[in-house]
Amino acid sequence: MTVAAVELVAEAGQPIAAPDLAAAPLAIRGLTVSYGEKPALFSVDATVAAGAMTAIVGPNGAGKSTLLKAALGIVPAVSGQVSVFGRPLAQSRGRIAYVPQRASVDWDFPTRVIDVVEMGLYRELGLLGRRRSRHRARALASLDRVGMADFAARQIGRLSGGQQQRVFLARALAQNADLYLLDEPFAGVDAATERAIVEVLGTLQAEGRTMVCVHHDLATVTRYFDHVLMINVRHIAQGPVGTAFTAQALQATYGGRLAMAHIAQLQLPQG
Amino acid sequence: MALLDALTLSAGYNAALVATGAALLGAAAGAGGSFLFLRKRALVSDAVAHATLPGICLAFMAMVALGGAGRSLPGLLAGSALTALLGLLAVDWMTRRTRLAEDAAIGAVLSVFFGFGVALLTVIQTMSAGRQAGLESFLLGATAGMLLEDALMIAAGGLAALLAIVTLYRPMTLVAFDTGYAASIGISVRRIDLAIMGMVMVITVIGLKIVGLILIVALLIIPPVTARFWTSRTGLMVWIAAGVGAVSGYLGAAVSASAPALPTGPIIVLIAAALFAASMMLAPGRGLLAVLLRRRRFHRRVHRRQGLLALARGEPIHDPLTLRVLRGEALIRPDGVATETGRGFAARAVRDEARWQVARRTYRDTALSGRYDGLTAIEDVLTADEIAEIDRQIPSAVPV
Repeated sequence: MTVAAVELVAEAGQPIAAPDLAAAPLAIRGLTVSYGEKPALFSVDATVAAGAMTAIVGPNGAGKSTLLKAALGIVPAVSGQVSVFGRPLAQSRGRIAYVPQRASVDWDFPTRVIDVVEMGLYRELGLLGRRRSRHRARALASLDRVGMADFAARQIGRLSGGQQQRVFLARALAQNADLYLLDEPFAGVDAATERAIVEVLGTLQAEGRTMVCVHHDLATVTRYFDHVLMINVRHIAQGPVGTAFTAQALQATYGGRLAMAHIAQLQLPQG
Repeated sequence: MALLDALTLSAGYNAALVATGAALLGAAAGAGGSFLFLRKRALVSDAVAHATLPGICLAFMAMVALGGAGRSLPGLLAGSALTALLGLLAVDWMTRRTRLAEDAAIGAVLSVFFGFGVALLTVIQTMSAGRQAGLESFLLGATAGMLLEDALMIAAGGLAALLAIVTLYRPMTLVAFDTGYAASIGISVRRIDLAIMGMVMVITVIGLKIVGLILIVALLIIPPVTARFWTSRTGLMVWIAAGVGAVSGYLGAAVSASAPALPTGPIIVLIAAALFAASMMLAPGRGLLAVLLRRRRFHRRVHRRQGLLALARGEPIHDPLTLRVLRGEALIRPDGVATETGRGFAARAVRDEARWQVARRTYRDTALSGRYDGLTAIEDVLTADEIAEIDRQIPSAVPV
């Protein structure tokens, strides 16, 4: 993705982000999720701007992954509302695609790369719908977008970490969604895979789709994303990267865990 | 001769009935058990199976109390399904509501329910109707005197389970592979899990008569594990497991019909175990023999690779096996000088080594470095753009 493209989208994204909250790709109100009796998230509000690429940033245990899972109904919420494109989740499932952390599955499962990607077609195919050649073609095209078309027939147990991540991304691409929720897509992947993912996400954004990524690498936030949501169990800050991703907000999010020297290295605007 | 008659379904009406029923049961158990295995919950079925015993006993006592003979199979199976369901719910409840891990919950439910069942069996022994009830046959399975309606009920249950597998194949596979993703596309993980367990319960209950409750878990687990040796695809694994189960059931029932003193369950399980052992030895890819052959081939490939690297560096080769391998492929002339083909392969081997060095430095990925075995070509592991990236980092890319 070129720098010019980012600026263009950021400018165009501004008016969309502001008013029409009701139809936002993802709007979360007062979301509280707890494992046992310890809240993982407490009364979090967040609105994801349409067409934007939003990073969810926060320390370990801040509830970043939990936020995605609760937004998707994978973990139950104690309280709060989630709406997707202005409708309840159940009515908008077809418009969301989720990319889980790759470590969340057993990669020795007896299946091939193409089979995993075709899981992304489940909502279309249903229980017994026949998989036609156009479905296979779409799964292959999704694999091709992440540079793995040659790996279609490969056993998933024989993939590197970066390739596993690409397969998960391809599965989400096959869903042809409008909102993509990705859980640490860049964690532990090689440089080539990181570039490939950034390129795919850039294309998706150019097509007008919305992305939300849990992201752990503060150094690349300004480079890859145009919006940021900072949480640590509670909502800390949200907005365009240029105004919301500040040293103060980072200090508030990470507390004493992020040294001033580290923040200074990020060369953020004060304010 | 009796065995041959039994195998060809000509040993009489009853034996044919039993063999057909056992084959269907085995197919259902193998296919259904595959999803338990993939979901990594195989042992839950053991708790469910043992929890059937008190139900059988209670149903018998209830039927006797109501003035019946107490031996009606549908009645006994209905009772067994009831306590099996209770056992299943107990495991599920303990795992979700307490800090107990699933294996502990399984152990608790299995022993308590089975203990209660054995106690009830003892009580039944003291009843006048109980001595001839033959309820112990449900422990290890017995097919003598099986009625047509019994066989039909087993067949109906087996078909229902197979139908459920065909219908729910996609969501069950999705939930087994990636629970979070399955939930994200709107699949109810809880309902699918309950469907899998419900299917297992039906298979267990209809298997009581033929295999018995102690060994039904073997018929649920051995076929999928056997099938896993032969394939790395989910769909094939499920149907191979069904085949293994069907063959075990059919042969086991036939053998036991030819020697009526043998209990059916253990014979079926022994045949399944024999298929498992044969698969473990002979399966291509994952079988032990294949591993052994691969190791030998590997040996030759190591010598080939080392020979090529030595050629590239202009080092002399003394190892007789290395020389034999290189000569065999005409990579060197009989006098030891590299042929043109040999020089080409040698240059490629050197480039591959250089790429691997960079790849290991950049990726620091265990899945990747685990494949740096000196033999795996980098093209087998990395994509074209990844390799192009590596080539940019090699100071003096070796022209090939």
